[in-house]
Amino acid sequence: MNAPLKPSASLRQRLRLQLLGLIAILSLLLYFSVRTIAGGAAETTQDNILSASATSIIEALHAEQDDILLDIPYAALSMLGANSEERVFYRIMTKASTITGYDDLPAPETFPAPEQPVFYNSEYRGSAVRIVAMTRVITVRDTPTEVLALVAQTRLGQDAITARIANTAAALGVGFFLIAGILGALTVESALRPIVNIAQAVQRRGPHDLRPMLKPAPLELAPLLASLNSFMERLRTALLRTEDFIAEAAHRVRTPLATVRAQTEIALRRAKTPEDREALRAVIRAVDESARSAGQLLDHASVTLRADKMERGDVDLSALVKDLVHGLAPTAEIRDIRIILHPAEGEFTTIGDPVLLMGALRNILDNAIKYSPDESEISVVLSAEEELCCITICDSGRGLNDAEQKTLTRRFGRGSNVADVVGSGLGLTIVSEVVAAHGGSFRLTPNKERGTCAKVCLPRK
Amino acid sequence: MRQSLPATKIVGAILAILALAAGPPRAFEIETEQYFAAVDGSSEITIMSTADLSVFAPLVRGFQNRNPRVSVRYVVLSSAELYSAVLAGEAAPDLVISSAMDLQTKLANDGFAQPFRSQATETLPAWARWRDELFAFTLEPAVLILSKPAFADLPRPKTRQDLIELLRDNPERFKNRIGTYDLRTSGLGYLFGTQDTRQSETFWRLSEVMGALQTRLYCCSGQMIEDVRSGELALAYNVLGSYADAQDESNVDIVLLEDYTSVMMRTALIPNSAKNAQLAGTFINYLLSTDGRALLRAEIGPGPLDTDTFSSEQNLRPIRLGPGLLVYLDQLKRQSFLRAWASAIIQP
Ligand SMILES: Nc1ncnc2c1ncn2[C@@H]1O[C@H](COP(=O)(O)OP(=O)(O)O)[C@@H](O)[C@H]1O
Ligand SMILES: [Mg+2]
Repeated sequence: MNAPLKPSASLRQRLRLQLLGLIAILSLLLYFSVRTIAGGAAETTQDNILSASATSIIEALHAEQDDILLDIPYAALSMLGANSEERVFYRIMTKASTITGYDDLPAPETFPAPEQPVFYNSEYRGSAVRIVAMTRVITVRDTPTEVLALVAQTRLGQDAITARIANTAAALGVGFFLIAGILGALTVESALRPIVNIAQAVQRRGPHDLRPMLKPAPLELAPLLASLNSFMERLRTALLRTEDFIAEAAHRVRTPLATVRAQTEIALRRAKTPEDREALRAVIRAVDESARSAGQLLDHASVTLRADKMERGDVDLSALVKDLVHGLAPTAEIRDIRIILHPAEGEFTTIGDPVLLMGALRNILDNAIKYSPDESEISVVLSAEEELCCITICDSGRGLNDAEQKTLTRRFGRGSNVADVVGSGLGLTIVSEVVAAHGGSFRLTPNKERGTCAKVCLPRK
Repeated sequence: MRQSLPATKIVGAILAILALAAGPPRAFEIETEQYFAAVDGSSEITIMSTADLSVFAPLVRGFQNRNPRVSVRYVVLSSAELYSAVLAGEAAPDLVISSAMDLQTKLANDGFAQPFRSQATETLPAWARWRDELFAFTLEPAVLILSKPAFADLPRPKTRQDLIELLRDNPERFKNRIGTYDLRTSGLGYLFGTQDTRQSETFWRLSEVMGALQTRLYCCSGQMIEDVRSGELALAYNVLGSYADAQDESNVDIVLLEDYTSVMMRTALIPNSAKNAQLAGTFINYLLSTDGRALLRAEIGPGPLDTDTFSSEQNLRPIRLGPGLLVYLDQLKRQSFLRAWASAIIQP
């Protein structure tokens, strides 16, 4: 009827992607902040020890006459080895020369101000080192002299700590991402559940179910549901009106047609010449066809528009089929076509609307007669298959000419090989809709040698 | 316990002398060198050590029993020479064994050692190794040794305070009859002296008292022990206990002072310039193995893996490996320390 709606984008997908993106950003933030904060703390710890060491060295500096003397306290260097196995270097220097220690230990360009130690990273003897530079002014020979103390420590432990922190931070980040991701996915599901529920409820009802939705809906969806309900109500009214209109129209057409037919038959009886008689018979055939079309329109309208109002009662299919064959036998006889109803054992009861079912089966048998040659046979078989009871009507007529069932059951769909036969293309549409409304199936297949088999199966009571 | 020299040893010694005569001049002076040739000497390591040949020869042989294809060149030299040998990177030793913990630490600290890890080194307690580069394998206390005849009618001092009082009370008996290391020339003496100052102030008072009694200064433990044994000295302070143990003890008393006793650890390291670091590692493993330790115990005394040593002796203070040892190697520190020490110990 209409092409399947192409969704613009999945709400769920979008929510998930956005949440995931958000969580990923948060995880990265977490990772980097843990790294910087913890890494900074670790570095601060090392800096503190270096600074304490440099302070104790610089405090041991003293001038004696013309010399700067230094008695490095044991603790100054031993404290650096207290919790680590880092290599330790130091250098005590004035602007002019190195007083003691490693005279190639890298020093800053300018001496930092006293009381303001400077920390920096460098490379010394093949290892990355952290260095503190601390200045003290002491008076030698009445001249204030700046003395710089450098204390350095390798950064192996620092690097190990940084690596460990990075690992921990990464684990934290990944853990956060996973947990938040799972919670996020659950949240998306629970947020979408009402929408999904309503969508499913709408989907579950048949295409013709236009009753209002009475499910409780969340606040945000209530307007949508209200609009949907009011829309369905309007649609229903419009459809009912259309149906009434069609029924009325069909009825209005059929009544005068019946009069025309009756009058023509009288005229036929009085007609003298064979030409007149032939002409009048053609009139009768055309009138019949028109009446049938009007009937089909009426049937079609009642099936499509009243599925929800369908009568549901026990229908004895064997009686129904018997009536059907009986009703159409005269029409078939005109063309010397024999309808053979094969006797069936057992009960064939289904639940549904007998009038609609009769209409559907009549259309099938009608087609069989219409598309059969004169003096041929049509078989009608009633059979039970598991939970189903099936009616198979086979003719040996012109066949389907490889046309697909889908195109033939389409409204006003007709085969390419039936241009010479008058028809509306509504018959099979009615059949498939009635059968679907009863929860059954309908198959058109080629007959064994020639012709067509139509099989309708309905759930057994 | 000294056996007669086996033939191989003599040949080795001759070879060593020949090699010495032929070789180019070196940046360091060696005392002795011996080549322990393997029967099928497919590989060779050079060990430079401060430990006497007599102490280490059994260990080298024990090592060769286990590793019969390894020839060992064992070179004895002073700790200072050993230090400069490694710095020079010349005639590079594969393994350096020294009693100078401070110099060994400085070598490792300054990047001249390479790390070595094995099951044996992992079992060493943390205080007996540093940076996986420096491994201690002996514990050797600094002891006071007394001449038995000299102390026949005197109480044995138990602490440094006792010793100070004893010396003060009997100046005539101890005058010129006390020995100790000359800290200016002996690395080990300097290490013990500086550790003493860390432990307590009594060291300076003791030095003053010893100085007033014209204490004689020695280069080495062996000579001090010899002089105490002969009765020339009444006592010697800060002697390496492991050497004292090894001597005939009939005339000599060994005292581990109860206020504290510094314990030196002999350490091994593999220099960066080692040609055969892997074999050097094997040798370290041997030193720490049950066999190696048994031999070391017989020659020197217990090692850090003999765990019960410390729990029983509260006064033993092992000298800690680590950057603290670098402090006393500082030129200014050394100068001022030696100046103070010399002015205390050398009195007119
Ligand atoms: N028994 C049959 N034999 C051959 N063709 C058939 C048969 N039944 C249906 N068809 C084909 O299906 C088309 C649709 O059938 P239907 O909806 O009843 O319309 P029509 O009014 O043309 O019969 C027919 O036009 C015809 O081509
Ligand atoms: Mg039809």
